[in-house]
Amino acid sequence: MNKQTLFKCLKAGFVGLILLLLYAPILLLAIYSFDKTNMIGRFRGFSFDHYVDLFTDPNVLGMIGNTLLLALSAAVLSTVLGTVGALGMYYCKKRVKAAVTAINQIPVINAEIVTALALAITFVTVGISKETYIPLIVGHMVICTPFVVLSVIPKLKQMDGSLYEAALDLGASPFKALMTVVLPQIIPGVVSGFMLAITLSLDDYIVTMYTRPSGFETISTYVYNATTKGNAHTAVTLSSFWALTTILFVIIVLFVVISNLTGRRKKEESK
Amino acid sequence: MKIPRFSRKTLCIPYGVFLLFFVIIPMLFILFYAFTDKQMHFSFSNFVQFFSDPTKFSTIIYSLVIALVTTVVTLLIAYPVAYILARSKLKKKFVILMLFVLPMWINFVLRINALRELFNLISQAKPLEGLANANYFKTVFGMVYDFLPFMILPLYTTMLKIDNSLYEASADLGANGFTTFTRVTLPLSMPGIMSGVTMVFLPSMTNYVVSDMLGNAKVTIIGKFIYEYFGTNWHMGSMIALVLLIVVFLSTWLTGGFKGDETVRGTNL
Repeated sequence: MNKQTLFKCLKAGFVGLILLLLYAPILLLAIYSFDKTNMIGRFRGFSFDHYVDLFTDPNVLGMIGNTLLLALSAAVLSTVLGTVGALGMYYCKKRVKAAVTAINQIPVINAEIVTALALAITFVTVGISKETYIPLIVGHMVICTPFVVLSVIPKLKQMDGSLYEAALDLGASPFKALMTVVLPQIIPGVVSGFMLAITLSLDDYIVTMYTRPSGFETISTYVYNATTKGNAHTAVTLSSFWALTTILFVIIVLFVVISNLTGRRKKEESK
Repeated sequence: MKIPRFSRKTLCIPYGVFLLFFVIIPMLFILFYAFTDKQMHFSFSNFVQFFSDPTKFSTIIYSLVIALVTTVVTLLIAYPVAYILARSKLKKKFVILMLFVLPMWINFVLRINALRELFNLISQAKPLEGLANANYFKTVFGMVYDFLPFMILPLYTTMLKIDNSLYEASADLGANGFTTFTRVTLPLSMPGIMSGVTMVFLPSMTNYVVSDMLGNAKVTIIGKFIYEYFGTNWHMGSMIALVLLIVVFLSTWLTGGFKGDETVRGTNL
């Protein structure tokens, strides 16, 4: 074996090893999600019990519903607010733009716990109850919207500014010009901002913990509490989340395979 | 009376108001609570108490060390991965990159839970029993595991931008692989390192979810402190938050992160 092939093998081996480490815990849960019991260690028999629980247990379904509904509403609101904000920032005076850009960075760089604490004490001091869901939604918007802005701004910069002027010259109202000329050009940024907002909201634990109404559980808050203060009763539900992890994992694998295949097809077509 | 016409500039208003109410004002509240006592009188008592309490001080040192180790380890793993992928001639390298990013789609608490189960399983084996009590090791491992994509993405995007002809020029001018790395690759990937480090260092100082779930409640980092004070003493909690806030602002200002760099979290992918 010459030096170059050895080097190539080493590189592939390193990347492979890191990937293996990344996926090992997920694979472990995937295997034990088919086990009869909810103990990891010895496989005691194949069953779909955890999957049945996942789709029938009202507690589990409720938590998944809460998580999805929260993520969707936070993402939709953040995307609208962030897109409008990015447009406004792009057309504002330089100083206003610089100020808003800097403030927009605060939630991005700030420790999540500080954002969460600040929002929680603000809402309590002002007197808005957590039971209204306003703190929860606003909290998620605070962590999501800056990322929407950050993904829309580059698309605005790439855009040809004269197209908007042309639309105005041809008699379109400013609003119509924005909707029909500007928006279609920044749509990729809006979509990736939306996707980012969903992932951030789905993943969030800390802000949810500080702003949620009592009794409102998302997957994150439940799994965290069940793991750190675990007891026998919660362990049953916990294992149905292993089934959920497995399903998400399968979706990811399918996504990679499909995008791989369609990518190849597109390339062949272009040839 | 003139009806206000729709102008593109007015689009700035809703988000500006949102930022004012939910970002600026909450920060002012933190400042206010940090410098008042329970009777809402102005006081430095939280400040004095914070800096004179040895347990608080040692927690900060612990958090800093954990964050530092996590950041260095993450960088040492992410840098070669990003470099190999960015320089690879494989057509499918984007798919491999996606493989590193995709676990982020699984809820992070679930992923840490999975890692915890894996550690439990491994520590059942006799020679690896020690792992059960290696709380700091497990905490750092979990943080590296969780934050790795945030380091790989900005590194990959900056390295992809490095023109291939620079490597060739460097080789033509007689530089060996090592010199090319220190004189070409490293300086040009510095922005990626900077944004990766800020994405990892800070959360690993404050994200107590990982340390709680993997550290058997033996590892207390600064974020957990704030959580504990939130239930009992807002003023002290705010003081700790304020200290964190200042650390964050200083480090961001020093690395120039207020300009809204798109490479952060790979938002331009």
